[in-house]
Amino acid sequence: MNKKAFRMTSLSALAVCAFLLTLACNKSNTEQSSNNMSQTAATTPAAAPIDPATVATVNGTVKFDGVAPKPVKIDMSQDPACKGTNEAEAVVVTDGDLANVFVYVKEGLGTRTFDVPTTPVVLDQSGCKYHPHVLGVMAGQTVQIKNDDMTTHNIHPTPKDNREWNESQPPSSPAIEKNFAREEIMLPVKCNQHPWMKMYINVVKSPFYAVTDKAGKYEIKGLPPGDYTIAFVQEKLGEQDQKVTVGPKDTKTVDQSFKAAAD
Amino acid sequence: MTRVAERGWQCAQPAASADRNHPGRPRGTTLNSIPATYNRAHHAFAVFTACAALVVITAGALVTSNDAGLSVPDWPTSFGYLVKVPHFVGGVRYEWSHRMLAGTLGMLTLTIAIWTLLVERRRWMRWLAIGALCTFVTQATLGGMTVLFFQPPWLSTAHATVAQTFFCIAVAIALFTGRKFVDRSQEDRPQGQPPRVDFDQRHPSLFTLTLLSIFVLYVQLILGGMFRHHGMSWWPHVANAVIVSFVLAWTSVRALSVYSKIDAVRQPAVVMLSLLITQLCLGFTAFLTRVAWGRSSVQPELPMVMATVAHVAVGALLLATTVVLAIQVWRNVPVALEERVPQAQGDASAA
Repeated sequence: MNKKAFRMTSLSALAVCAFLLTLACNKSNTEQSSNNMSQTAATTPAAAPIDPATVATVNGTVKFDGVAPKPVKIDMSQDPACKGTNEAEAVVVTDGDLANVFVYVKEGLGTRTFDVPTTPVVLDQSGCKYHPHVLGVMAGQTVQIKNDDMTTHNIHPTPKDNREWNESQPPSSPAIEKNFAREEIMLPVKCNQHPWMKMYINVVKSPFYAVTDKAGKYEIKGLPPGDYTIAFVQEKLGEQDQKVTVGPKDTKTVDQSFKAAAD
Repeated sequence: MTRVAERGWQCAQPAASADRNHPGRPRGTTLNSIPATYNRAHHAFAVFTACAALVVITAGALVTSNDAGLSVPDWPTSFGYLVKVPHFVGGVRYEWSHRMLAGTLGMLTLTIAIWTLLVERRRWMRWLAIGALCTFVTQATLGGMTVLFFQPPWLSTAHATVAQTFFCIAVAIALFTGRKFVDRSQEDRPQGQPPRVDFDQRHPSLFTLTLLSIFVLYVQLILGGMFRHHGMSWWPHVANAVIVSFVLAWTSVRALSVYSKIDAVRQPAVVMLSLLITQLCLGFTAFLTRVAWGRSSVQPELPMVMATVAHVAVGALLLATTVVLAIQVWRNVPVALEERVPQAQGDASAA
């Protein structure tokens, strides 16, 4: 190979390497720009106070379309203190009903603000699993984290918009109390000591949210009459939205179904 | 004006006989310009430190593969203590062991640095020992920062990259303190004479190829680290593997086809080629177990952990072997000097 050809080959190789390296930066830039866009979203005018006599209810069932995935087994053998049910809870389907779907009012509340509840939301670690697997909480509301296991856990939320933290919690230690300042859906929480332990906290600005139970059912009470977008979010299957209009004292049924995610 | 200067050696000179400043010697002998004495214990300790560095890298790979990097949330203490053994379960086993092994390696590094400063007559070796110590301190700081800043991908990748840099320095110290390196008379010469070899007139030179190999391996290391720490997709690492394979194969084939008579070049070239093949197989296995099959797994599974840990360890060995090859080529392969001379001087010589 002559000198010129080598220089060309070397330059090409360097260019390819540099291109591959720049890809590392692009991903985080994309995430940042999407966060900025959501922060600058237009707000609607202030709404009238909620009249308790006219509030409506939205309820329904979330279904899973198709053949339900087989429960994935967890190997807890690396810690003898872990004696929980050894099945993952990523997609829990019982007779076609989908559990652990977070349902919340995504749009339609305008600039209404809501008092943050003073009662904490409890997240329990028992059998080396999180209970519940999907949790809803208002921004600023206290999350009380307990450890009922005879082993040490560490609680490590990995948020995009909130502050990240990581604390260990030995057996029989006092509950850890934390809160999340900003709205964030499906904020992952994990335990690095037991890698199968994962759950999701959903931080919202309003009290209008619910999590589907084993029968796939949910209920959101106390909604003022109006037009809303209801979002259904599942950790693996993504988000689906539905528009709904509720009148005074209405009870509307809004069902939703998810299809298996394409591999 | 450029001219090829052939001073100092001719084609088919003995391998150990060419240096621009010392006619009849290779350029790499400048590394030995100050006589050094072989210290067996010092060399053995340097080899042990290099092996310990590989063990710590493997332990670090186990931490990442088991997603256990933050299982001990504090640093520099571990659950509030420096050395107290915690409840040894789950991810703590990997992270705490990694920390203790790294601490031991730190003591070894400090020892080899002080020992080198005391016994070495080669000034550059003393600087290399200090460099090893500084690299270790940098590496420990990066490790602590990954814990305190919750493993941002760029920081964890820097931790992985500096780890392998330290390993290469440790291997280099082991090489430079070896009997064959310190005392050339101890080199293997079956016929009693150094082998006769051509000087390197090809473009690129073998030495340039070894440097290019080190560069592409570093890029590959960064891309692999970013993928493992969830900072980017897998495909840039896989795409760059093609470039790495080409460059390393080119380098080793050149070394084996032209300089196979030089043991010090042939041996690392053979090892490099073998490790490259092994590494490609391990990379493919890691891809299958982690990306293709392990996508829906709820926890790190044994096959994916074994494949990725072996991939990291062999990758470290491959980089270190390439560095050794570069050093040996620099030291043993004579090159044609290309020197730029002033126009007037060139004209005068032409006249």
